[in-house]
Amino acid sequence: MEHIRTTKVEQVKLLDRFSTSNKSLTGTLYLTATHLLFIDSHQKETWILHHHIALVEKLALTTSGCPLVIQCKNFRTVHFIVPRERDCHDIYNSLLQLSKQAKYEDLYAFSYNPKQNDSERLRGWQLVDLAEEYKRMGVPNSNWQLSDANRDYKICETYPRELYVPRIASKPIIVGSSKFRSKGRFPVLSYYHQNKEAAICRCSQPLSGFSARCLEDEHLLQAISKANPANRYMYVMDTRPRLNAMANRAAGKGYENEDNYSNIRFQFVGIENIHVMRSSLQKLLEVNGTKGLSVSDFYSGLENAGWLRHIKAVMDAAIFLAKAIMVENASVLVHCSDGWDRTSQVCSLGSLLLDPYYRTIRGFMVLIEKDWISFGHKYSERCGHLDGDPKEVSPVFTQFLECVWHLTEQFPQAFEFNEAFLLQIHEHIHSCQFGNFIGNCQKEREELKLKEKTYSLWPFLLDDQEKYVNPLYSSTSQKPAVLEPNTVAFHFKFWRNMYHQFDRTLHPRQSVFNIIMNMNEQNKQLQKDVKDLESQIKQHKNKQTDGVLTKELLNSVRPESPALKTSLCLKEQTLLPVNDALRTIEGSNPADNRYSEYADEFSKAEPAVVSSEYGVARMTC
Amino acid sequence: MEFSELIRTGQAQAELLRGPEMPPLRGTLCVTGHHLLLSPGPQATPDLWLLLLRSVDSIEKRVAGDAGTITLRCKDLRVLQLDIEGVEATLDIARSIEALSSLESVITSFPFFYRPKGLRLGEAWHFHPPERYYKRIARETRAWRLSEANEDFSLCPSYPRAVIVPRAVDDDALARSARFRQGGRFPVLSYYHAPRGTVLLRSSQPLTGRQKLRCAEDEELLRAVLAEARPGARGFIVDTRSAQAAKQARMTGGGTEAKAAYPGWKRLHRPLERGRPLQESFVRLMEACGDPEQSMDRWLSRLDGCRWLSHVKEALSTACLAAQGMEWEGACILVHGAEGTDSTLLVTSLAQLILDPLSRTMAGFQELIEREWIQAGHPFQLRCAHSAFSHTRPKHEAPIFLLFLDCVWQLGRQFPLSLEFGEGMLLALFDHSYASPFGTFLCNSEKERCLCEVRTRTHSLWSGLNQPKEQRKLRNPLYVPNPLAIWPSVEPQSLRLWQGLFLRWTHPPEPSEVAWEKVWQIATDQKTEGSQPTDSASEPQP
Repeated sequence: MEHIRTTKVEQVKLLDRFSTSNKSLTGTLYLTATHLLFIDSHQKETWILHHHIALVEKLALTTSGCPLVIQCKNFRTVHFIVPRERDCHDIYNSLLQLSKQAKYEDLYAFSYNPKQNDSERLRGWQLVDLAEEYKRMGVPNSNWQLSDANRDYKICETYPRELYVPRIASKPIIVGSSKFRSKGRFPVLSYYHQNKEAAICRCSQPLSGFSARCLEDEHLLQAISKANPANRYMYVMDTRPRLNAMANRAAGKGYENEDNYSNIRFQFVGIENIHVMRSSLQKLLEVNGTKGLSVSDFYSGLENAGWLRHIKAVMDAAIFLAKAIMVENASVLVHCSDGWDRTSQVCSLGSLLLDPYYRTIRGFMVLIEKDWISFGHKYSERCGHLDGDPKEVSPVFTQFLECVWHLTEQFPQAFEFNEAFLLQIHEHIHSCQFGNFIGNCQKEREELKLKEKTYSLWPFLLDDQEKYVNPLYSSTSQKPAVLEPNTVAFHFKFWRNMYHQFDRTLHPRQSVFNIIMNMNEQNKQLQKDVKDLESQIKQHKNKQTDGVLTKELLNSVRPESPALKTSLCLKEQTLLPVNDALRTIEGSNPADNRYSEYADEFSKAEPAVVSSEYGVARMTC
Repeated sequence: MEFSELIRTGQAQAELLRGPEMPPLRGTLCVTGHHLLLSPGPQATPDLWLLLLRSVDSIEKRVAGDAGTITLRCKDLRVLQLDIEGVEATLDIARSIEALSSLESVITSFPFFYRPKGLRLGEAWHFHPPERYYKRIARETRAWRLSEANEDFSLCPSYPRAVIVPRAVDDDALARSARFRQGGRFPVLSYYHAPRGTVLLRSSQPLTGRQKLRCAEDEELLRAVLAEARPGARGFIVDTRSAQAAKQARMTGGGTEAKAAYPGWKRLHRPLERGRPLQESFVRLMEACGDPEQSMDRWLSRLDGCRWLSHVKEALSTACLAAQGMEWEGACILVHGAEGTDSTLLVTSLAQLILDPLSRTMAGFQELIEREWIQAGHPFQLRCAHSAFSHTRPKHEAPIFLLFLDCVWQLGRQFPLSLEFGEGMLLALFDHSYASPFGTFLCNSEKERCLCEVRTRTHSLWSGLNQPKEQRKLRNPLYVPNPLAIWPSVEPQSLRLWQGLFLRWTHPPEPSEVAWEKVWQIATDQKTEGSQPTDSASEPQP
């Protein structure tokens, strides 16, 4: 706590991000070891986790105080005005220190204590079992086996210990191939399609330079294609743009030469690298953070940022992969440069298109554990958990979530989870509250003893499951189990609920999801009541056939129902997601919206506060 | 005139391609006075395919060898392709369609011949007379009266026979005021906002001209409005043109209210696009929506370039401004542009949807459209003569009503529980406003409708839509009555392209339709089951 000089500042103003009239809330700002907390005069609390802070800025002093702008990784932007410059300076310095930790051990997860005992914690970590998952896919089998080559992380430090490879690939071949691949990431199984007997494999780029070859690597690829009895040809997808891959050749890396490998079809799919993605998001956030944005500026901003173009590129790549398996029965090997960013995106999204299991709440957790966490997506570097190289930060995983969101929009019934689930996961890749996303690979996580010192996110999400269920989900209506999304440009939309999650004035004022969820819940409750009542009646009928007593029973049943109704109503209220209250707040208020620069013309001071309060009350009940 | 003169060929063999989602149809093609028919033969499942010729927006023909192809672009934005056997037949059919689809005579149009089963002529036309709306207001206030000064359409040809005006102003004064306003459209009541006792008025521009003329009766009328609202009430005149354009209008005899002449009233300029630029915006949007191959960047730049969503934003924020003035400032609002038949109606009708919970019900919305668009004299015949695909030079076409529907759709998206009608209703209104078997959207004004005897000789769209079998398509299953004003967000991030309309025929609606069906199911389960426990409890009664 040596960084905290001031713990409490009063009379701090919180400005509305988009209001042109400098509307503000006044309240008290508290600084704790883990959070920044603002409580306004209505006792509404705004919590900001230190780890979520991406940027703190102290702006030039104004007459009303010293402005402090905080941008968060979950796309919250807050603008405080602290009355005294010294307080502002203290908080600014504290936040600078607290938001960038130097050591893993200082992250929130190592102090977070949800009051669970060790066995509960352990069970939480065992919730997702990847060995089970491979079994579910149908491996090991006659063509694929578990390899112990990397058991001690000797061949590849960034891969997990358990790896599945073609049965005919011997250990020398694996070792040989790994020496020919960037960071030793040789081709291994990511997903096995049981019906088609085709596989999605992943690796990093080959160290081919302009002419180098590696017989073992060629053998391994051949083994993969031989493991597929249906199609001898396999695709090798290089997810990079052709130019980037060619440039890598000069550095002794590069891509597979079709002449050296038998039976491969080589394909570039053109997803840009992490640096392009980082600056694209930066541009996007600059555009949508503009006050008084016009429609035209918004769309030209979207175009210049290129964000949706990148999302489409990732989606197209996943579709290419899914088609290769479904239509041509071909196995596919996916790689980029190091095989932990674009490769993870494409493999996981491709599997999601192919396998309905990954579209369930539990399956989605498994998918993230498998293709992202275990295969060494560098969460800590990409999310900037520690004070490190800002050039390593990139929204690769955010893009994956956005692609999934686009799929949920196109296929409203195909996913068991809803948007809130995706947002919650996004929240926690940055929060460092749970151990899952800390570190950059499994080896590092084991060294940090995360399973002993921290908790897993997944059981907590499962406990809150009803918040994340898609009420329209129907596992039966998925006639074709494979999703074939349409990637015509029209279908890509700006994900407002992600990038403006905390700007409540921009959101729909009534949520369809909530109401359908409530209806569903009530339907279930009513059906249950019907059953209960019917069985009660039956019981009583059996006991006594006397008509008079049946009548009494009816009398005793009737008065119950109003009470039952009220209990339902209470339930309804608790069902509204509590932490989403901001996003789904109902009732609205014209002062929140910029209808006109003429607003000042209406000189009188807000007479209708009462009516808007009434609005909130009426519409949330 | 006989239709048969225009029909050059009886029939031909043809194949119809209806887009990627639907199977092609093969059969005998036939042109009649009002329809294009394709009969695939008695065994086929849809035994007849029918297209109202009036809904053809543009037609392209191509011949190669001994066959021809006709591409029909419809006003509801559908694109159809007909492959026809025989060059002569192709050319004849194309010429027949061209001639028949561009007939301008109202009384020979299809609504005058359409006699559906189950509907009676004259039904539903009586649903929404001005008298009915006046009764609603009279319950709240005595300050207004129903004037029949326009009984014979002599004051204003584009107003209905009866209009609601301040009680303190007599019919002679109305006549003078009418002479001072373009097209005779003197200020009349559009909406009475009972919770605050304020009113929304609409008119056309005053004819001040270069000499800055004034009209005592017109000034008196607006003074009376303020006086009757409450002592010291203020008013805002929302001019839907820029200050510059309003000033320029003086050169052609128009203009805007002088500050000194109308004490208590303050002018606000909110320029809204109308006329040809709006039509061009629609055309460019549809060009962009018709190209599925384009890159993301190209699409976004075309979406930006067509400016359609900017128009949506401007229309919504102007309506919100008017509504805000009434609800929050307790002010009276007068809206006008130049003629007062286009963007004026857009603003007044949207402001009512925002403020008035009744107008968000199915019946109320129909009344709103009847009162604020049809009877208020929006020239549907001129504005909706062609939609986005026409090759002819646009004259009076402008998708103002479509812009209104889009704004309503945006409201519905932001308040999914507050409108009793769903997207299906808005789509139906769009389709019928451009081409319809019903008479509701025929002609440009009440006067013309009377001359053509539309009310007695055609069926009303409302009676067609209010049949029980149509309701599931049109209603919003999630509707919960909500007595509050609904203030939409007008930030660009909150507005979306109305895909259900602009991409209705190009993108497969299937998954979302199935989901919508499921929503219906859940919602109707809810309603029927709500009463079930008592039902089953009473079952075993002796």
